[in-house]
Amino acid sequence: MNSIKKPIRLIARLDVKGESLIKGVHLEGLRIIGAPQEFAKKYYEQGADELIYIDIVASLYGRSNLADIVARTANEVFVPMTVGGGVRSIEDVGNLLRAGADKIAINTAAVRRPELISEVARKFGSQCMVLSIEAKRHGEGNWEIYTDGGREKSGLDAIEWASKAVSLGAGEILITSIDQEGTRKGFDNELTDTISKLVNVPIIASGGYGQVEHLTEVVNSGADAVAFADALHYGRTTIPDLRRHACEQGFLVRSV
Amino acid sequence: MKKEKIVVVDYGLGNLYSVQRALEHCGATDVCISSAIDDVINADKLILPGVGAFEDGVRGLNKHGLIEPIKSHALNNKPMLGICLGMQLLATSSEEFGTHFGLDLIPGKVVPIPTECADGNRRKVPFIGWANIPVSGSYGDDDNIILNELSKKQSVYLVHSYYFRPDNDNNIVATYDYQGAIITSVIRSNNIYGFQFHPEKSGEVGLGLLRAFLAL
Repeated sequence: MNSIKKPIRLIARLDVKGESLIKGVHLEGLRIIGAPQEFAKKYYEQGADELIYIDIVASLYGRSNLADIVARTANEVFVPMTVGGGVRSIEDVGNLLRAGADKIAINTAAVRRPELISEVARKFGSQCMVLSIEAKRHGEGNWEIYTDGGREKSGLDAIEWASKAVSLGAGEILITSIDQEGTRKGFDNELTDTISKLVNVPIIASGGYGQVEHLTEVVNSGADAVAFADALHYGRTTIPDLRRHACEQGFLVRSV
Repeated sequence: MKKEKIVVVDYGLGNLYSVQRALEHCGATDVCISSAIDDVINADKLILPGVGAFEDGVRGLNKHGLIEPIKSHALNNKPMLGICLGMQLLATSSEEFGTHFGLDLIPGKVVPIPTECADGNRRKVPFIGWANIPVSGSYGDDDNIILNELSKKQSVYLVHSYYFRPDNDNNIVATYDYQGAIITSVIRSNNIYGFQFHPEKSGEVGLGLLRAFLAL
């Protein structure tokens, strides 16, 4: 048993559509929950280590109007914000950073043009370039990358893609399991484990939280940070509860 | 809140707007983001932010002719705060992507965070996350409000692959333990302070440290 405690981050994830915070219901549609920045502020006050904003329909419409939500949030929330959804270019990245984002998560645009990863890393730094992976199991021990908000198959192997993206300059990977998201049955631990053994950048696991054991399992599988969405939005757990559990499990968490 | 001109140095790198926003949230009323030599010279307090590579930082400072003005602000005993890369630029030199020379305001070297732990495990680099930064070493002035703020023992947010190792232990105010490696988190030499972490992204404890700097 490793006596050196592993530091982990607890992240609140907010998926937005237009002006609203939404939650996708597994295999069904979307449910509007409320105003994103109000929830963001609540989670910040509860002690969320970071926030993630993903505009889930942006790449459908070819643009993201997330900058306004980010700018309003940045006036009240003073922890790191990762923003993604429909980010297509260096210009988009620059606009979001200026609005108040610290890290930018990119999926579709990077799959279409991997050089974008290097361009972002070179101009703004690897720490700002988060590779967003939406992956679905595809046979034994394989996962396929999906783009366009998890709607389109890409034919890309998730593991190879993760490795390539890091070599191009991605400084962190956000893994969302399409299979697990919204199920409350746990994260895709095998996917997390496989990627974490291959790359040496921090990994954020997202999609599937249902009970405290899931947090322990995914961290032990290699996640350095865990994102919580509907578990928080529907009040099934709170950041302080998650922090207490993480502490009890021997992980090193932020002292608030 | 004193009425002072706070200048956030724009040398092409760094989350300038986040720093400005946080300072204003803390009550500063005259915060200007600038790459102009005159602004740096006339500043009451100077903030050197920075995110990215050391070499690019030095190049940016040189491009705007800011090295001498920044040094003279420091030597005129006016408060100055380096954040993240900004703190590292205060060093004599850095090993990032070759050897590069910095402002040399606090003697020391910028070196990589080691990826191998003593027990053979890996440290992920960059370090991205929160750490407790206990105050260590001697720092002289016990009334110093920044140091009092640090003694509150809350975590701060860091993102970095390299860290500053001052030649003199006297310049090290606080460190953090990253899986067994002791990493410098706060440095000080009289009126010059450096935070390896991001006070503008470290929640209320970070804002408290910015307020303390503003009150110096």
